[in-house]
Amino acid sequence: MSESVVVHDGVDESKRTWLGWTCGAGAVAGVATAIPFVSTFAPSERAKAAGAAVEVDISDLQMGEKKTVEWRGQPVWIVRRTPEMVASLSKDESELADPDSKRNPGEQTPDYATNRNRSIKPEVLVVVGICTHLGCSPGDKFTPGAQPSLPADWPGGWLCPCHGSTFDLAGRVFKNKPAPDNLRVPPHMYVSDTKLMIGEDKNNKG
Amino acid sequence: MAEMKVAPANASAGVKLLTWVDNRFPASKLWKEHLSEYYAPKNFNFWYFFGSLALLVLVIQIVTGIFLVMHYKPDATLAFASVEYIMRDVPWGWLVRYMHSTGASAFFIVVYMHMFRGFLYGSYRKPRELVWIFGCAIFLCLMGEAFMGYLLPWGQMSYWGAQVIVNLFSAIPFVGPDLSLMIRGDYVVSDATLNRFFSFHVIAIPLILLGLVVAHIIALHEVGSNNPDGVEIKKDKDANGIPLDGIPFHPYYSVHDLVGVAGFLIIFSAVIFFAPEMGGYFLEYNNFIPADSLKTPPHIAPVWYFTPFYSMLRATTDDMLKVFDVLVIVAAVMALWKGRFGSVGKTVIVVATLIVLTGFGLFKFTGVPALAGCDAKFWGVLVMGGSVMILFFMPWLDQSPVKSIRYRPGWHKAVYGVFVVVFMILGYLGIEPPDPLKNLMSQVGTVIYFGFFLLMPWWSQMGTFKPVPDRVVFHAH
Repeated sequence: MSESVVVHDGVDESKRTWLGWTCGAGAVAGVATAIPFVSTFAPSERAKAAGAAVEVDISDLQMGEKKTVEWRGQPVWIVRRTPEMVASLSKDESELADPDSKRNPGEQTPDYATNRNRSIKPEVLVVVGICTHLGCSPGDKFTPGAQPSLPADWPGGWLCPCHGSTFDLAGRVFKNKPAPDNLRVPPHMYVSDTKLMIGEDKNNKG
Repeated sequence: MAEMKVAPANASAGVKLLTWVDNRFPASKLWKEHLSEYYAPKNFNFWYFFGSLALLVLVIQIVTGIFLVMHYKPDATLAFASVEYIMRDVPWGWLVRYMHSTGASAFFIVVYMHMFRGFLYGSYRKPRELVWIFGCAIFLCLMGEAFMGYLLPWGQMSYWGAQVIVNLFSAIPFVGPDLSLMIRGDYVVSDATLNRFFSFHVIAIPLILLGLVVAHIIALHEVGSNNPDGVEIKKDKDANGIPLDGIPFHPYYSVHDLVGVAGFLIIFSAVIFFAPEMGGYFLEYNNFIPADSLKTPPHIAPVWYFTPFYSMLRATTDDMLKVFDVLVIVAAVMALWKGRFGSVGKTVIVVATLIVLTGFGLFKFTGVPALAGCDAKFWGVLVMGGSVMILFFMPWLDQSPVKSIRYRPGWHKAVYGVFVVVFMILGYLGIEPPDPLKNLMSQVGTVIYFGFFLLMPWWSQMGTFKPVPDRVVFHAH
């Protein structure tokens, strides 16, 4: 170092410009390199492909019973509601956050299920059994009346074990609960009177 | 280049070797700076064990973790069985696994005590702000480590706990759903999620954690340790520039800390051998059931060390937002009335208040979509995140004229006491099933928790402070 003399008077603008451009180019290269790494976080082609529709036979489903099937890794519940259960749906509407499924139309509830029962056939409910709050699967609380963690005038429905959201027998969320939306009704259709196709509907939405 | 030092001709082989090394690597210099000539205040008490204990637990976790990875399989179909294989078939595998799982809880106990020590003696105050901030970043990493590690046994609690926490991110407006999809790598928590959490748990976060621990210690050794009196020992030095109230960390505190290590290991071993699951608090019973994506266990709760924050998440309902509305309005009115703001400042306050109130959904009744605000779910996530992030701001929230609780007004101790009790109650409520009364309690707790921090700039200045001594208070044994 002692032999060379460093001159400090004045700034070499051309060096500074080159420094700026090379730093800029380096930053672009850095971002470009990050893209493939970040992209690996996205679902793989295999994960995307595993979403086929599921056919379910509901001829053996008794009144007041629930059947769980797996669709896209999620539980889908099929409930054959008794006439009393269906009747309860008109009584609890003042307690519900979104009784007419108006929030996020088309996302949570397909058009053919946008009714009080949230179903195609009044007695058969098909919903994704995943709470719209943080994704737990609510537990069955079909028996009406007072019980732990539930109000005295409980009409029957579901209680989410994680944060206490409650849903009525049409999967509609009660007011002032952490869950913002009603349970999702998946795209579904009847292929025969007793056979349901879940994940596909007449709108061809999968 | 530095000048070559030469060992005396009659020096031993050891001294010659050290001289050779010192000419090429600052071994003696590092030893002196961080141990034999790092002067720590001589009045350390019980609370000062927890820093070195945290380091000990970190070593335990890394060593046991290395051995667990030799037998564990990060695969959704094999993971649960491989953990049971470690427990039953690998020689002494149960011990290594229980050391690791108990170590996780021990880590949080030690770190909570270590942080509370900071609260008591104002260890985060100037010039130790960065020591504290690195420490808070370490705490965040630990939370990430614990959360991702808990997925690996692939039990029911692993699965549903991960489901809930990953879904927290989906509450963020606009980017949330895609973000949680990127975290999971699938539409549900699945094999892809397990694999990436394994990668984060065993390599990515530990690397960051180690870097932060080094930064934490370098920053500490730059400014010097605080002490129970909150007196700066560097202002009184002897002729050699050594603090009068300082003693070399090694051998005095290295030996002293061995007592703490012995005490810790007695308790730690007792837990490992006699109560490794700690009645379901360290390892939850539901985690001995393999993950089932179709069924959430009837009662799910995070492990105890997350529950205070989790309670605050659960407390944030639509009703709670109305309480927030009132609190924000009161704060804004106080700021406008008492604060000395110009017209620009006042306008900013009013606009900010209106934006926040809109976010809380106060104007939802108008039916205008733009005024609908965000869901309570989003605010819950923000409250939970905020309850941890607020710790970073401690150095600036605390405006008390003295550092140590010893010289603060007596009622400040009561405020700290209430805070600790509320934190523990929130922790208890977080493991309990949801219930209207308990939810009300956690809402009150949440308000007290945030009140403690957000009102600290005011209450920490109030009261009659005691005179701080010039030198540390020390009674020789």
